[in-house]
Amino acid sequence: MAKKIIDKKSPGRLEALFNRLKSESRHALITFISAGDPDMATTEEIIYRLEESGADVIELGIPFSDPMADGPTIQASYERALKKGATPGGVLKLVRNVRKKSQVPVVLFGYYNPILAYGLERFAKNAHSSGVDGVLVVDLPPEEAGELKTALDAVGIDLIFLLTPTSDTSRMERVARVGSGFIYFVSLTGVTGARTALSTKIPSYVKKARRHTGLPVGVGFGISTPAQAQEVCRSADGVVVGSAIINIIAKTRGKKKVLDAVGDFVSSLKKGVDRA
Amino acid sequence: MKRGPDKNGHFGIYGGRYISETLMPAVLELEEAYKKWKEDKEFKEELRFYLQEYTGRPTPLYYAERLTKKLGGAKIYLKREDLCHTGAHKINNTIGQILLARRMGKKRIIAETGAGQHGVATATVAAMFGLECEIYMGSEDIARQKPNVFRMKLLGAKVTPVTSGSRTLKDAMNEALRDWVTNVYNTFYIIGTVAGPHPYPMLVRDFQSVIGKEARSQIKKFTGKLPDLLVACVGGGSNAIGLFHPFLNDKGVRMVGVEAGGHGLQGSYHAASITGGTPGVLHGNKTYLLQDRLGQITETHSISAGLDYPGVGPEHAWLHDTGRVEYDTITDKEALGGFKTLTLTEGIIPALESSHAIAYAMKVAPKMKNSEIMIVNLSGRGDKDLETVSKAFKFKL
Repeated sequence: MAKKIIDKKSPGRLEALFNRLKSESRHALITFISAGDPDMATTEEIIYRLEESGADVIELGIPFSDPMADGPTIQASYERALKKGATPGGVLKLVRNVRKKSQVPVVLFGYYNPILAYGLERFAKNAHSSGVDGVLVVDLPPEEAGELKTALDAVGIDLIFLLTPTSDTSRMERVARVGSGFIYFVSLTGVTGARTALSTKIPSYVKKARRHTGLPVGVGFGISTPAQAQEVCRSADGVVVGSAIINIIAKTRGKKKVLDAVGDFVSSLKKGVDRA
Repeated sequence: MKRGPDKNGHFGIYGGRYISETLMPAVLELEEAYKKWKEDKEFKEELRFYLQEYTGRPTPLYYAERLTKKLGGAKIYLKREDLCHTGAHKINNTIGQILLARRMGKKRIIAETGAGQHGVATATVAAMFGLECEIYMGSEDIARQKPNVFRMKLLGAKVTPVTSGSRTLKDAMNEALRDWVTNVYNTFYIIGTVAGPHPYPMLVRDFQSVIGKEARSQIKKFTGKLPDLLVACVGGGSNAIGLFHPFLNDKGVRMVGVEAGGHGLQGSYHAASITGGTPGVLHGNKTYLLQDRLGQITETHSISAGLDYPGVGPEHAWLHDTGRVEYDTITDKEALGGFKTLTLTEGIIPALESSHAIAYAMKVAPKMKNSEIMIVNLSGRGDKDLETVSKAFKFKL
């Protein structure tokens, strides 16, 4: 079902990354930022700094007016980006620019309506030509994902799905059947945003997910410190950190200081991940 | 005509379940529970009992004789949902949903509200059954619907102001969804309109259909025939679908859903999702939305907080596309005219939401024959709107 329509001679950037990390017994640091906050040019520079500081995958949020799955940090970040004119087309252009200098895997993370308005096939085609590796749509469960899946399969882009603490066996089987790239396991019941404590159940969630899928498992939501990242990577193949980085971008003044602060923080996360 | 949704909750291309994976098991569980209990004899009897003895059903179908004579056309009947306990049709649905919540063992109730009518109806049934209740309401709406905020608090509910986005109903719904995703194990989300992920649009429609079922038998009893026209206001569209649904197979019955035209459809100061919008996905369903060409949801305006929402129930979207129901708009100014006229001719102060339906009836009744019959859904009473209305009419209370 998840067969690619195009013939891929070599694995994509995401697959290659997880294969390499596995062979090195290492884990992926996946960093999330909102595209266009504070503006697209700065986002581009932040992406390079994330990669230099050890990020293995860049997740880019496509700003949306009504981000139901996000906490206050990402909501505010999307509002800033939208005020500066961020659009899905602008996000694809950003990725196209990044690809001139970097081969870091890029996953777009968003809500369905802006992608629907852009046009599913047009989105898939342009995402492919821009160099996008994966797409995750938070409000699109497998039941409704057929059309986007077809469009993305045709161009060889992974459609990544979520599993959550509420997922029972039948949901895990369903998601495992259609998902590709990696499984994004949501560490808690709730919205995105930094939390002080980490769920103690993460290892058992990951173990359960692995019974249903051979895909790498990344864990995200609520993870904000190097120690938490390390803890998560004891069981998972990767960890996603988002709101903690966005908080730094939001409260730091001046582009150079933003880049340095983000770089320092991501380096410390990387050390945590590499200790696992 | 009276079909749908399919097993995944689609009405044609509309509806569905566009929600985060965390909530999928919760909506599937709700769907299973509803399927099971709606056929259960005891559940049906309990629902009937509360609708009759607590809500005050059946509500009257009142012949508005003075209004009819003043307009000089079709005979106008008012379905008096304003006489329901708490003052609006919203309680028909909250009773049904809380009976489900109790059978599903949920201890905590949440809801979103715009005008506060659904919030009050939810807080009321939560108080009656002794369940913890939290209501999300946009801070803009809190300011313009103070009496309802006070009522919810008196009823023991926690009212949480929502200050993100446009600070109205859509943002309250975002926040309620965020609460639900966080507290999904013990919390039941009582959605107030025929929108949201499947099975909500179907479930809320079924609970509200009591309006149309009663009206259909009442009008037949009074006049010996079916009406020529049904009129109801449409925000999310629960009172309209409640009236329309039992008549969908009656070919001779025309139906018009009246959307909030605000300052008029030329600009962006309105809330007419079907008449002025395009299909998209928001709050768990595909439907007509007010959005820009990039798929960002736009801010809406209506003098009536209950209609101030950028989406509409997916079944309405489908009924529009199939042509079975017509949709039209009434401006703020026209609605105020309807409010004033009904108050002065019939001694009934309507909610500003329902005033849109009244204003539409005033437009079309004179063009209809004396022998023709129209039913207007008077979905709520206007006590909550006195401050807004006094400002608009520039008189001091």
